[in-house]
Amino acid sequence: MHNHGKPLTRSPKLIRTLLTALIAGFALATFAASPAVADEVGTDEYNFIFSGNVTYQGNPLEDVLIIVEGGGYSAEVETGADGRWRVGVPTKDVYDITLVESTLPEGVIVSDEGSDRITLTDRGATIEAEFGLTGNKTVNFFLGQGERVTVPFIDQFIERLVNGLNFGLMLALASIGLSLIYGTTGISNFAHAEMVTFGAVITLTFGVHLAFPMWIAIPLAVVLSGLFGWFQDVGLWKPLRRRGLSIVQMMIVSIGLSLMLRYVYQFFYGGSTHQLPNPGSARIDGLGPIVISPTSLISMGVAIVVIVLVAYWLTYTRTGKATRAISDNASLAAATGIDVDRVVRIIWVLGSSLAGLSGILWAYFRPGIKWDMGWQILLLIFAAVVLGGLGTAYGALVGSIIVGLLVEISTLWIPSDIKYVSALTILIVVLLFRPQGILGRRERIG
Amino acid sequence: MDFGFILGQTLSSLLMPETIAYAIAALGLAVHFGYGGLLNFGQAGFMAIGGYGYAISILSFGFPWWAGILVGMVASVIFALIMGLPALRLRADYLAIATIAVAEVVRLLFQSTIFDNYTNSADGLGNYHTSFREANPFPPGRYGFGPWQWSQDELWNRVFGLVVLALCVLLVWALMRSPWGRVVRGIREDEDAVRSLGKNVFAYKLQVLIVGGMLGTLGGVVMVLGSAVVPGNYLPSLTFYLWTILLLGGAATIFGPLAGSLIFWGLMSFLSVFLPALSTVGVLPFSPAQSGVLRYVFVGLALMLIVIYRPQGIFGSKKELTFNAR
Amino acid sequence: MPADSKPSVAPVKSTGLHVGKVAPGVAKVDPIIIADNVSRAFGGLKAVDVDHLEIPRGAITALIGPNGAGKTTLFNLLTGFDKPDTGTWSFDGSGLAGIPAFKVAKLGQVRTFQLTKSLGMLTVLENMKLGAKGQAGESFWKSLIPAFWRPQENEIEEKAISLLERFKLDAKRDDLAASLSGGQRKLLEMARALMSDPTLVMLDEPMAGVNPALTQSLLDHILGLKESGMTVLFVEHDMHMVRHIADWVVVMAEGRIVAEGSPEEVMNNVAVIDAYLGSHLDTDLGVVTGRIDLKEIQAADAAAKKKGSK
Ligand SMILES: Nc1ncnc2c1ncn2[C@@H]1O[C@H](COP(=O)(O)OP(=O)(O)OP(=O)(O)O)[C@@H](O)[C@H]1O
Ligand SMILES: [Mg+2]
Repeated sequence: MHNHGKPLTRSPKLIRTLLTALIAGFALATFAASPAVADEVGTDEYNFIFSGNVTYQGNPLEDVLIIVEGGGYSAEVETGADGRWRVGVPTKDVYDITLVESTLPEGVIVSDEGSDRITLTDRGATIEAEFGLTGNKTVNFFLGQGERVTVPFIDQFIERLVNGLNFGLMLALASIGLSLIYGTTGISNFAHAEMVTFGAVITLTFGVHLAFPMWIAIPLAVVLSGLFGWFQDVGLWKPLRRRGLSIVQMMIVSIGLSLMLRYVYQFFYGGSTHQLPNPGSARIDGLGPIVISPTSLISMGVAIVVIVLVAYWLTYTRTGKATRAISDNASLAAATGIDVDRVVRIIWVLGSSLAGLSGILWAYFRPGIKWDMGWQILLLIFAAVVLGGLGTAYGALVGSIIVGLLVEISTLWIPSDIKYVSALTILIVVLLFRPQGILGRRERIG
Repeated sequence: MDFGFILGQTLSSLLMPETIAYAIAALGLAVHFGYGGLLNFGQAGFMAIGGYGYAISILSFGFPWWAGILVGMVASVIFALIMGLPALRLRADYLAIATIAVAEVVRLLFQSTIFDNYTNSADGLGNYHTSFREANPFPPGRYGFGPWQWSQDELWNRVFGLVVLALCVLLVWALMRSPWGRVVRGIREDEDAVRSLGKNVFAYKLQVLIVGGMLGTLGGVVMVLGSAVVPGNYLPSLTFYLWTILLLGGAATIFGPLAGSLIFWGLMSFLSVFLPALSTVGVLPFSPAQSGVLRYVFVGLALMLIVIYRPQGIFGSKKELTFNAR
Repeated sequence: MPADSKPSVAPVKSTGLHVGKVAPGVAKVDPIIIADNVSRAFGGLKAVDVDHLEIPRGAITALIGPNGAGKTTLFNLLTGFDKPDTGTWSFDGSGLAGIPAFKVAKLGQVRTFQLTKSLGMLTVLENMKLGAKGQAGESFWKSLIPAFWRPQENEIEEKAISLLERFKLDAKRDDLAASLSGGQRKLLEMARALMSDPTLVMLDEPMAGVNPALTQSLLDHILGLKESGMTVLFVEHDMHMVRHIADWVVVMAEGRIVAEGSPEEVMNNVAVIDAYLGSHLDTDLGVVTGRIDLKEIQAADAAAKKKGSK
């Protein structure tokens, strides 16, 4: 079934031109649309080469666009007159190779029979490819006759919406933690990204390397994340608070820590992407236009339950109330007898557990586990936190949902390789007009 | 273990174009942060503007090399204005996040396939060297001695880089000893106080952002003069390395960034051969690839330790300690 | 010399500053600042709500009121450091609404801050030089060529040093401002404000935290400013000092101007006493602020009466 094709409502040329015009001032030169791509890309620079041959009923097809993405790298190539293409890639990673269906002639589509590693998206057909023992890999698509069934815009929109919600909820777990830590300690903690990665790599270690069942590995990873947070506060942040470091210094310390941890992960786990068992790409039937896999559904459910619990904790428990009091005014809270150090420690544990959990969900969402996976979304987490108003947990939740939706839905109009740009732009715009965020209060100046 | 080789690598790294380029860009950060108190974490964006401005001008528009540099500089000023007009009103830590975001937007746009015609997206740009090499005053041959032996083109890259560095040091020195520098340092201490004395603080901050950004751009040009422009080079980590260099040398000093860059690259090159060598001979119980990663762990650790224990840097005096408790 | 809070020479008070009956918002013969309908709210709290206020030129005006009355907020509004929700105000005849703080300062209306803002990592002399107006060397391009600014810089340095001498800070000229004591920083901030030859100096609690021995010289300095033709507006809690040096007193409470008048009139004003005391009508205001004890006041009053009768 081919229900993922180019929608009729989308005119990439026009939108690209518009976007180009918009960004032209930014990038300082007037760029034209529609890239001209060679049939060989990066083959001189890199040792790992993907290649293929696009033919239909024995005839080579020219100018078919192939996109190779993976390991933080992406390249585009168009088939030559002989239907062949070659792409060099920097690492021996798993790559997604996409044939853009809209560049095929009328009446020709990609068939998904004969390969279980193929998925059909609205861009085209994607094959997940990996190198064997050599540095060369041939990837071929089977083409068949058929009409591309265009998905109505609204259905695509709904799909993106669900995806965005899922992504947003996952972000929320991380950003609530970041926001709570910011609120109670004033640190813009860049190493939060590595707390996210920590949850994922620990799950990998226990769930895959040590082959624990997932229902043990995941809770264990969350607990260990919390422990890691506790350890960080005891070993680093509390002594630094005692030393009287300014918040700017603490921020730079967190950047150093982030850099260090990231490479520690790379040291232990290498530079490639690892998969958790059963990423579960199947979709649940009977939900009409809503395309969702069981994993995503569970992931969203877990996130919602945890967020509700945290909200309850913040609103009704003593420590939760104390947390909000400290975020409001730390010295006043200390004066009223709240043990600030104890609350801060609890927040570090809570924030890190949430980040760890979000890392596990992120591992399923991406999918895959990589040493810098947390870093990839750090700015989105910051965007969410700033959007909601630094230091307010509810704001972080709202901000995350907005960022998640924005990133996913914006891909209906903009190329997906700049989908984060929309969220970052929003971050900058919010800082410009409402630095206290959507829900935050303006702070007392002077 | 070949100590001669390790020493040679280390010494030769001290005069790499990267070392010079990082020193120039870090000097720009010194203007931003050390003197002006601006927490710019988007210096990688300025360097990207320099690299791409230079390469695109030559490749797509056929400009000569010097015009390419000029284009980069003009682009850098415009970029500083776009970044500064909203961001300079922000509190220190917000400014850091905003600048890092702006720099990432720039990188993502350069890397995106939208402008593939000009940027060659993720593959980056190369082969724009002819014009610069034609201007090389050194006749073909080998130059230098010991670990520092270069072809005429390599020599030209380095000499040009050093001249740019010297001019930048001179510029920063002249600016900072003047009343202009006094206002800028005053803003670092307390911008409201400076405002109450009738100085247009915002205009000064914008000027600071532009000057430091231009140095970042020049660093970006020097870095790519003899190599290639690859978007993956302009990750936020680049900015963090520059910060490490800046804080290592001393934020509010003129020679600190240069010293920091020499130390940073010296150690990085030393470790990049020394650690794998150690694991090859079995002293370190892990693979050479793993031990290659270790040096970045040390960079992170070094950044933390400097900020905690010696925030004024190696050459800075406690007098110009730049972290005020904001 | 006893550490009392009077100027060493009995000040010459300016009189006849207002027109008509003394009341909150009364018109002045020669106002330097005129504010109308200026209000600023923080959330639900109206921090400042001034219907009409005029500050007399060439005189020393004190702005008093209990903590949280809105004095600092009014200062911030008048100097462009904060934006009011409503209102217009003018300085020396030119409207200031929407004018940024640095331009207000350039026009000659210079302020100091309640929490001192000395530039800690600059030397005392650098702090002073920063205060001077119209420096060629502060423009980017000219700063690169010393010939453009050296002569002016030397003049500024001379002036700074003579001011520092007046404020007894000349021995500290090469020390970092951060190394000064709290009181010395207050002095430095005031001296720095004077570097620009302002027409109106606005001092927010210049005496707070200053050792009584220094208070003495500070009061002399403030009187000296008036003598040299400047207008002074200052916030002070110590009623005793206010009584001695102010020509005119404006009283704020809960954001509003509740009374105005000469120091003597204001001290006896029921509204003022209410604002400060609620019902403790028989206590002197200086006591309320907690800075002077009763015996000292009575002794000082007696001394003042003696002086007056001479
Ligand atoms: N930025 C702000 N945000 C919220 N409330 C503020 C802010 N600035 C001032 N306020 C409030 O406005 C009121 C007036 O404050 P202001 O500082 O003007 O008082 P003040 O008269 O100077 O008091 P003091 O004599 O203690 O200096 C106070 O209740 C204060 O809490
Ligand atoms: Mg006040």
